[in-house]
Amino acid sequence: MDKFGFTISAGRQIDYDSNNRRLAEYIFEKEPSFRLCIECGGCSATCTTANFTGFSLRELHILIKRGENDQVRQNLNKCMLCGKCTLVCPRGVNTRNIVVLAKNAFQKSDEYEI
Amino acid sequence: MKFDPFIIPFNIGLYFIIIYVVARSVIWFHDLSRPDKLRLQRGFFGIPFALSLKEIFMESLIHRKILKTNLRLGYMHMSLAFGWFLLIFFGTIEADIFGTKHLNAPYKAIFFRFFNPEHGRIGFEATYGFLMDLILAFILSGLLLAVIKRFYSRVVGMKKTTRLKITDRIALTSLWLIFPSRLLAESFTCGAHGTGSFLTGSLGAWLASFLPAQQIAYPFWWLYSISLGTFFILLPISRYMHIPTELFLIFMRNSGIKTGDKAGTYSEVQTYSCSSCGICIDACQLNFSAGITNIQSAYLMKAIRNNDDVSEIVDNCLMCGRCDQKCPVGIELSPIRMIQRRGGEAENDIRNIYNGYFRSRQINIPEKVISSSNYSFLQESDPQKADILYFAGCMTHLTPAIKNSMIKILEASGVKYNFIDEQGGVCCGRPLMLAGQDKEARELINYNSQMIWKSGAHTLVTSCPICYKVFKESYYLDVEVLHHTQFIKKLIDEGSVKMNFLRKKVVYHSPCDLGRGSGVYDEPTEVLNHVSRLEKSDFEDENSLCCGGSLANMKISSQKRKKIALDAATELTKNNPDILATACPLCKKTFAAVTETRVADISEIVAEALIEKPIKINSGSHANSIKELANI
Repeated sequence: MDKFGFTISAGRQIDYDSNNRRLAEYIFEKEPSFRLCIECGGCSATCTTANFTGFSLRELHILIKRGENDQVRQNLNKCMLCGKCTLVCPRGVNTRNIVVLAKNAFQKSDEYEI
Repeated sequence: MKFDPFIIPFNIGLYFIIIYVVARSVIWFHDLSRPDKLRLQRGFFGIPFALSLKEIFMESLIHRKILKTNLRLGYMHMSLAFGWFLLIFFGTIEADIFGTKHLNAPYKAIFFRFFNPEHGRIGFEATYGFLMDLILAFILSGLLLAVIKRFYSRVVGMKKTTRLKITDRIALTSLWLIFPSRLLAESFTCGAHGTGSFLTGSLGAWLASFLPAQQIAYPFWWLYSISLGTFFILLPISRYMHIPTELFLIFMRNSGIKTGDKAGTYSEVQTYSCSSCGICIDACQLNFSAGITNIQSAYLMKAIRNNDDVSEIVDNCLMCGRCDQKCPVGIELSPIRMIQRRGGEAENDIRNIYNGYFRSRQINIPEKVISSSNYSFLQESDPQKADILYFAGCMTHLTPAIKNSMIKILEASGVKYNFIDEQGGVCCGRPLMLAGQDKEARELINYNSQMIWKSGAHTLVTSCPICYKVFKESYYLDVEVLHHTQFIKKLIDEGSVKMNFLRKKVVYHSPCDLGRGSGVYDEPTEVLNHVSRLEKSDFEDENSLCCGGSLANMKISSQKRKKIALDAATELTKNNPDILATACPLCKKTFAAVTETRVADISEIVAEALIEKPIKINSGSHANSIKELANI
């Protein structure tokens, strides 16, 4: 078949049926302030890591909540845990603990299948 | 009378505890690393030995440090420990002098009165009896305080007392029973024979006046013996294990053994040396400001001893180090907490009685599974050559006033410097370390080290105490690391900068990582004294408060953080100072949110007082651009 130079972009819909929300629920349980996030992006704006590479804590928060964990897993360890995001957060979300909890969850993931 | 069956419980307990302590010490010694073994051996045959003996007398018996913190609590501990020691000491002498023969079995001294009821009627014997009664009265007065403390801790000046587990409770009850039962047993025996001194004699005579003293005395001797025996047998699995362990700890500490990064004999000995006295609970701001009362060091030590799950306890701590300073035993509480943070979740051992007495010797906490490096996005940098590097740190980038003030001061001093993380640098690594992720932190440390090494600088100035501590302790750098307060002090001493005197009342808040963490107390106050009117506060130096913003606590909610900050700020601004000065960007940011008083970093105050002289033209073009930036 001839190639016309067009591609079909991957599906962009969020399929909650196939997504795994266990990580989000685990974090909601351990760090209730996660619910307070309004996704303002203050954390991403001040982020030390974001200064060097494409890393956005806001994006990770959204992905965790959607249950798209693979992308979270790939990017999470870029965080340096410096804590600036927690300081700038207007909603008092304990962002640093969310990162630590997610990291721990991925470490345990072999056992718990998060 | 030579023997009576009632001494059997006591004898069983005593020989058990002696054999147990010897066996445990051998295991501990065996598990020490080779250099530490050598240290301990060297310490045993040298000056440290004398120091240890002195310390054992001052701390384990007299409890000098507790007396200093709290007189009534100290008296309680002293009367029980020192009193009991004196009772055994003089009891042994009494049995030796007045007994039938020399070198008696221990029970002869403990139950002397039972075997020698006619003793102590006249002369020297009576005087000696008076001494023994006095010591017993001394112990009983302390015991009375202890009983009251358990129910109304405020009586001895403590806000909270430690919650106990069941074995602790039984051991505590048997300890409480020891001395009253001795008093009653001796009194009844004395009453029946008309002997005894002011305490046992008078009480005995009174009791004998309406009770059959001779018959009642015997059950009380049994009770006395059983409580002693129970206490000795429960000692290893209760908090009273601190009595023998503390001696071991003092010898080890004076021999120069340090806690280190990994769990080992020394950290285990320290864990067992905690007597759960509760001084750390009262010192903890999470307790008295935030109302979190289950994570304090005493509870951590207890949880480690019991093999409990400590994951909730270890992370919920500001690591301010107030408990380290207050601990009367001198246990290195924060390093032990860090060891626990570094470890993964420990497998829960099967808890049975045997494990209580002999812990499984796999004391090493399983290592965390570390995922592979993820900081590969960091590109090698090529910093400019300079004599002095200025590393502002992440937090300082959130408080630009500090950064700009430092630039102003550096410019005014005319040194050749390089602002290394002007465009935003890499984190120093301490936040990762505090989260127990040392391997990741090491990556950042290597990156920063290389950058510093390439710049060829001889001095590294940082504005953030968090960075300062990690640069000092965990970087292996061939540069002098200075906090900016130390650097400013140096500039003032050299005469490189001149400043006015600000007529402002200033109170200084010493940041945890700078003060207790790194021992920098003098320079900040000297600088402040130089430029302003520094006022005293109730929380100075080792006793300074934590602002609550600490990065070490991952669990605490922002409301509780705020409460801690508010309480601390209220205490510090009690006398209405013009400025609440601090030396840490994080403290500044935390305090500024909760107080009306102006919060300023020392560098800001200095920059304000600075007399700007015609600036010497710096050789590098870089410096000029910095100057332009500072003028904006």
